[in-house]
Amino acid sequence: MVPFLPCEGAYLSVPHPDLVCSDLTKDFDAFRAVDHVSFEVPQGSFFSILGPSGCGKTTLLRMIAGFQSPTSGDLRIKGKSMIGVPPNKRPVSMVFQHLALFPTMNIGDNVGFGLRQRGVAKSEIKKRVEEVLERVGLPGVSQRRIDQISGGQKQRVAIARCMVLEPDVLLLDEPLGALDLKLREHMKVELKSLQAAFNTTFVYITHDQSEALVMSDNIAVMNRGQFEQIGTPHDVYHAPSTAFVAGFVGDANKIDAKVIAVNGAVLTLASEGGSEMKIDAPSGGLSVGQRAQVFLRPEAIELATGGDGVNVSGGVVESVLFNGANSSVTIKDQSGNLLKVALPQTGNFANLRQGDSVFTRWDPKQARCYPASGN
Amino acid sequence: MTSDTSRLGFYLLLAPILLWLVVLIILPHIGLFVVSISEKIGPREYETGFGNYAAFFTEPLYWRTFARTAIMSIVATALTLILGFPIAYYIAKLTRGRTKTTLFLMCMIPFWVSELVRTFGWMILLRETGVISNALQYLGVVDGPVEMLYNDAAIMVGLVYTSILFMVVPLVTTLDSLDDSLIEAGYDLGGSSTSIMREIVIPHAMPGIVSGCIVVFMLSLGNYLTPILLGGKDSLWFTGMIYTQFITRFNWELGSAFGFLLLALSSLVVFVGLKLSRQSLTETMGRT
Repeated sequence: MVPFLPCEGAYLSVPHPDLVCSDLTKDFDAFRAVDHVSFEVPQGSFFSILGPSGCGKTTLLRMIAGFQSPTSGDLRIKGKSMIGVPPNKRPVSMVFQHLALFPTMNIGDNVGFGLRQRGVAKSEIKKRVEEVLERVGLPGVSQRRIDQISGGQKQRVAIARCMVLEPDVLLLDEPLGALDLKLREHMKVELKSLQAAFNTTFVYITHDQSEALVMSDNIAVMNRGQFEQIGTPHDVYHAPSTAFVAGFVGDANKIDAKVIAVNGAVLTLASEGGSEMKIDAPSGGLSVGQRAQVFLRPEAIELATGGDGVNVSGGVVESVLFNGANSSVTIKDQSGNLLKVALPQTGNFANLRQGDSVFTRWDPKQARCYPASGN
Repeated sequence: MTSDTSRLGFYLLLAPILLWLVVLIILPHIGLFVVSISEKIGPREYETGFGNYAAFFTEPLYWRTFARTAIMSIVATALTLILGFPIAYYIAKLTRGRTKTTLFLMCMIPFWVSELVRTFGWMILLRETGVISNALQYLGVVDGPVEMLYNDAAIMVGLVYTSILFMVVPLVTTLDSLDDSLIEAGYDLGGSSTSIMREIVIPHAMPGIVSGCIVVFMLSLGNYLTPILLGGKDSLWFTGMIYTQFITRFNWELGSAFGFLLLALSSLVVFVGLKLSRQSLTETMGRT
C-alpha cells in the first residue's frame, strides 16, 4: 500500500481542511470497495479522484455524500465527524452523473428546492435563485422547463442548485460524461472558473484523465479501492509514484525489462528483446537481476535520422497514426519491440511513411522504472 | 405510388379499430339513445321525448341511488389509491430483481380466478356462518354469530379488492420510471422523506395515479357483481337498477336513459378529476 504523501507544505499549513477522510473503508460482503483511504482537501481547492471504472471512486463519493456508510474509518467536514449523519443533514451537495434535475419543476423551483426545505421565506428564495442563476451565467431562465435548455445549461443549473445552498464541499460525479466532446472541452474550463468564482471546495470524480489534469489542484489516482498517489496534476503526470499511475495517467510505452547494472541512480536494463537502455530516475531500490517495468511517454522520445549516444536505437516505422496535433508513429526496433512516438509538430518527419528507417532517442531522466509486479 | 401503398396500409391497419369503435360502441349507443328518448304512451305506442330522463329526476330513489353509487365509487377509488400507493412504491423502488417479479406476480395471481369465484370467497369469509364470524366466536370476542355481509363496508371491501390491481400496475410502471438519483438528489439538497414524497415522487407519479384512478373509478361505477353479491338486495347500486329496468321490468326505455346518465356521470367525474389534478387525458393515457 502506498502511504499518503503530502506533496506540498500547503496540506499542513491549513488548520482545518474542509474535508478529511482517515482510513475510510467500505466492504460489500466479501468485496472491499474502498480500502483504507486517507486524504485531506483544503478549503477552496479542486480535488479530483481519478480511476478506472470499478475502482471504488463512486462508493467513496457516496460515502462523503452520506448515501453509504463506511465500514470503518472517519470522515470529517469542517472538523465535524459525519459518521451517522444522514445525507440531508450534511453540509455537502452533489452534482449527479445525469444531473438529476427534477423534470416536474421549472428551473427556478429546481434551484430553490434546497432553500424551500430549509424554510427560507419565498421572496428571499426568489432573490437568491435569481442571484445564483446569474452567477452561473443563466439570468432570467427560472420560468423555463428543464427540457427547454441545452446540455451545457443543464449542467450549470445543476451546479447552481447546489451552490445556492452554500455547501462546504461540492461533490461532482462525472457530470461531464454525458456531453459530447466539444461541449465537454468547453465545460472543463467553465467548471474550473466557476469553482474559482464560488471559492468552494470541489471534489470531482472521473475516469477521464484529461478532465482531472485540466481542472484539478490536486489529483488522487485510485485503483482497486486504494489511493495510488495524491499530487498536483504536474506531479501525477511527470512523477508517477507507481506503475499503475504511470500507465493510467497519460500515454506511455510499457517495456518489460531486467536490471543488468546499477550505478548510483543510473540503471542499465535489458528489454526482453535484448536491447539495452539506461534510466536515471528514482527506481524504488531495484537491484541487479530484478525484473522491472519501464514507462516512457511518447512525447519524451525524439526522432532522428541517425546518431549515437545513450538510448539511441534504429527502427522501422510500423504505422503512422494521423490525429492532427496528436499524431504518432509506431516504431519497431531491431529487437522487435514496438515503441509509440509522438510526431513532432514542427514539420520535421511530416513525410514519414510506413517502412521508413528512423532512429529514436530519449533522455534517461524522462523514463520511469518500477519493480515488476504480479499484474 | 409509394404514398398510395402506404396510405392503403394505413387504412388497413386502422380498419379493425374503426370497425370495433363503430360496430361495438357507437352503433349500440346510438340505438340505446334512440330507445332512451322514446316514451311509452300505450301498448306498442311510442313518442319522442325526454320523459324517461324526467322520471329519473322526479323519483328520489333513482337519483339517490345514482348519487350513492357515485360517492361510493369515489370513496372506493380513494381507498384503493391509499392502499395501492405504498404497495406500488415498495415493489417499484424498494425491491430488486426476483423479489420484485415475485411480489408483482403475487398481486396478479388472485386475478387468474374469475371475479365471481373471488367474490364468493369473500362471502365465505364474511357471512354469518363464515370463517371470520366463527373465529371471533371461538376466540370469545363475540357471543353469537356476526353477519358481516350485506352492508356498505362489505361492498367497499369487495370493490377495493377487485380493483386494486388496476391501481398498482400503472403506479408501479410510473414509479419504476422515476430515477433513483432524483430521490437521492432530494435528500442531498436537504429534503425530508415527506417533502420528497410530496415534491418529487407524487408529481412524477401523477399520470399513473390519475390513470389508475380513472380505471378504478370506471370499474367500481360499472361493477354489478360485487355490490349485488356482497351488498345483497338492498345494495342500491345503479348498475343493479339498470339491470332491473331491462330484465325484471322490461322497461328498456328507462333502462337506456339510466345507461346514458351513468355514461354522463362517469365522463363528468373523470373530467373534473383531470381538471383538479391538472393532467390531460392524452398525457395520462400516453405515459402508461
